[in-house]
Amino acid sequence: MRSILKASATALVTTAVLATGAFAADKPLSGDMKIFLDTSNPAPRATFEGVIAQFGEMHPDLNIETTIIDRDAYKTQIRNFLTANPPDVATWYAGNRMLPYVNTGLFEDVSDLWQGDLAENLASTKTALTIDGKQWGVPYTYYQWGVYYRKDIFDKMGLTKPTTWAEEKANCQKLVDAGIKCYTIGTKFLWTAAGWFDYLNMRTNGYEFHMALTAGKEKWTDDRVKKTMANWRELLDMDAFIGDHTAYSWQEAIPFLVDGKAASYLMGNFAVDPIKAAGLTDDQLDFYQFPLITEGIPMAEEAPTDTLHIPSGASNKDAGRAFLKFVASAEVQTSMNASLGQLPVNNKSSVNTDDKFVRQGFEMLNGAYALAQFFDRDAPAEMAKVGMEGFQEFMVRPDNVDQILARLEKARERIYK
Amino acid sequence: MSTATVAKSEYESANRSWYKRNEISITPWLFLAPAILFFMVYVIFPIFQSFDVSLYQWDGLGAREYIGTSNYVELWDDPAFYTSLKNNIIWLILYLLAIPAGLFIALFLNQTVTGIRLYKSLFFFPFVISQVVVGLVFTWFYDPTFGLLNTVIGWVGLGPINVLGDPTYVTYGIIAAGLWPQTAYCMILYLTGLNAVDPEQIEAARLDGAKGWKMLWYVIVPQLKPATFIAFVVTIVGALRSFDLISIMTNGGPFGESRVLSFYMFEVALSEYGFRMGYGAAIAVVLFFIMLFFIAYFLYSMYKDEKGH
Repeated sequence: MRSILKASATALVTTAVLATGAFAADKPLSGDMKIFLDTSNPAPRATFEGVIAQFGEMHPDLNIETTIIDRDAYKTQIRNFLTANPPDVATWYAGNRMLPYVNTGLFEDVSDLWQGDLAENLASTKTALTIDGKQWGVPYTYYQWGVYYRKDIFDKMGLTKPTTWAEEKANCQKLVDAGIKCYTIGTKFLWTAAGWFDYLNMRTNGYEFHMALTAGKEKWTDDRVKKTMANWRELLDMDAFIGDHTAYSWQEAIPFLVDGKAASYLMGNFAVDPIKAAGLTDDQLDFYQFPLITEGIPMAEEAPTDTLHIPSGASNKDAGRAFLKFVASAEVQTSMNASLGQLPVNNKSSVNTDDKFVRQGFEMLNGAYALAQFFDRDAPAEMAKVGMEGFQEFMVRPDNVDQILARLEKARERIYK
Repeated sequence: MSTATVAKSEYESANRSWYKRNEISITPWLFLAPAILFFMVYVIFPIFQSFDVSLYQWDGLGAREYIGTSNYVELWDDPAFYTSLKNNIIWLILYLLAIPAGLFIALFLNQTVTGIRLYKSLFFFPFVISQVVVGLVFTWFYDPTFGLLNTVIGWVGLGPINVLGDPTYVTYGIIAAGLWPQTAYCMILYLTGLNAVDPEQIEAARLDGAKGWKMLWYVIVPQLKPATFIAFVVTIVGALRSFDLISIMTNGGPFGESRVLSFYMFEVALSEYGFRMGYGAAIAVVLFFIMLFFIAYFLYSMYKDEKGH
């Protein structure tokens, strides 16, 4: 299947003929099938259109209708369409983000798909899709988070990839002294600040504490959280972040990196595509793992998983199940993620080794002690909102830290009761 | 049939139907019926529904749980609520600047020069374009790196100011954006009003030696009272409804400092992370009472005016 590794979305259709054999055993599907997707960015959109065309060729009697909704609008619309006009397949996210829909019975229990080989192949994300001992969807992709940095600037200034917090700060000090900000960030939509908190907290206090905190089992006023914030403050006091970040979205923060006004960006791998489109080449842009902070704490990573679900009100659940199974299979995940520029969840899939970011991310996540989803997927929605607002405020007014943590603690007591 | 005992006049035929007999009193209600029906279903009924929902804890999907006035108790010591309330009051006060600004632009444009129609249209233009566009234009105008505002104040050695990212300026920045179309609206109201100003009164005032500010304040403005009243109403309502600009320009940020009650309600109940219908409804109820205060005042003064005539 080596040829598939480079396959673009358009080529997917041609490979359908090859893949069909593997699924011929399934019973024929017919009727209508509605698919709602949040993959509104160009690459994911083309990828899914390719996959659906492939699936449609295997089931000629099935009339597939695809609706692609803007990624941000989807997040508020899902509540309406799950109750009023449920499709047969819908995209969403793993972790606590799916909890409200599972609790209210709007997602179908798909534990039956998590049997045999497939369960083994998808084992790495099983916990993220399990609530109450049942599985509620299947993953189709995940991606690493890390520090994307300007290799050319680092080389020119004689800096190397940092592996410890001391090195990270030393690098940063040199950059700041040279008039370059260490990190670009745009916190207008809040979640980017949560990426920093997640990493700082996981590196300072470990994965278990971070998960307990987002699950509401630890106090926000705990000294360990304060230690995390103190580490964050070291960077803020150094003036390491670009100014005025509250006015920018994550995309609007990219020009600072491209213009060389900032040297790195803590982001998910989806940022590579727009950064390259803004003018940086593979020689200028590189990637490193978020460095170690507390000695002896195993390195856990952020790896948000995007998933597919069947709404419980779906009218053609057989087709939905077949589609989920199809997307979870090794071949499809290989070709899909090659064109997405992300990582397949199925461990029988192969990774696009031509892309150095995907390759490095894959190695990093394989060696990871554990995987976190992301702050707004690990914590319940309300807590995520209050928390992320607190992080943004902290980045602007670090002196308010005690007040902010007290507010989060108050929210925790209310939300998790 | 008791009506049968009523003496028949020559204008009444013997067997007029019930509708014919009550035509005069029924017909207005028939014409009003569709409006009343929809007003009941889409305005009156939801108001009571909001009151009801505000007493529950409800995520909008699952079962509702009755919690009494807990939502209001929580609202009472929610700092975000007070920030929103404070911003609402700032909006109410500063938005009124649109009225004098609109009046002066109207006075300035109320003359007969070649092409005045074109100038009037240009001044009215911001009201015609969508609030979303106004929001985007001002977002770029305020942008700390390439925005026009910072370029201009940079020439005199000031700045840069991150208007929309700084909690102290953000609300004022958005209000300034909102004033742009609102001033145009008030201007058009006053332009119409100025057409109705009696030239004889102005002539008389001029003979008595009134000019400049005195002429404006004692002769022109009193005659513009109906226009002022409408301008006041639309501006107050506009200030309380300020939602789209906030959503477009800052999304309530930074850290919630530019929220107003209507935006906070949306955020709590309907946005990406909002699953608290009950709490949102409680905010809506508070906002309703604030609006009710103004609406009652307007209705009262309208009633008084009508009685006076």
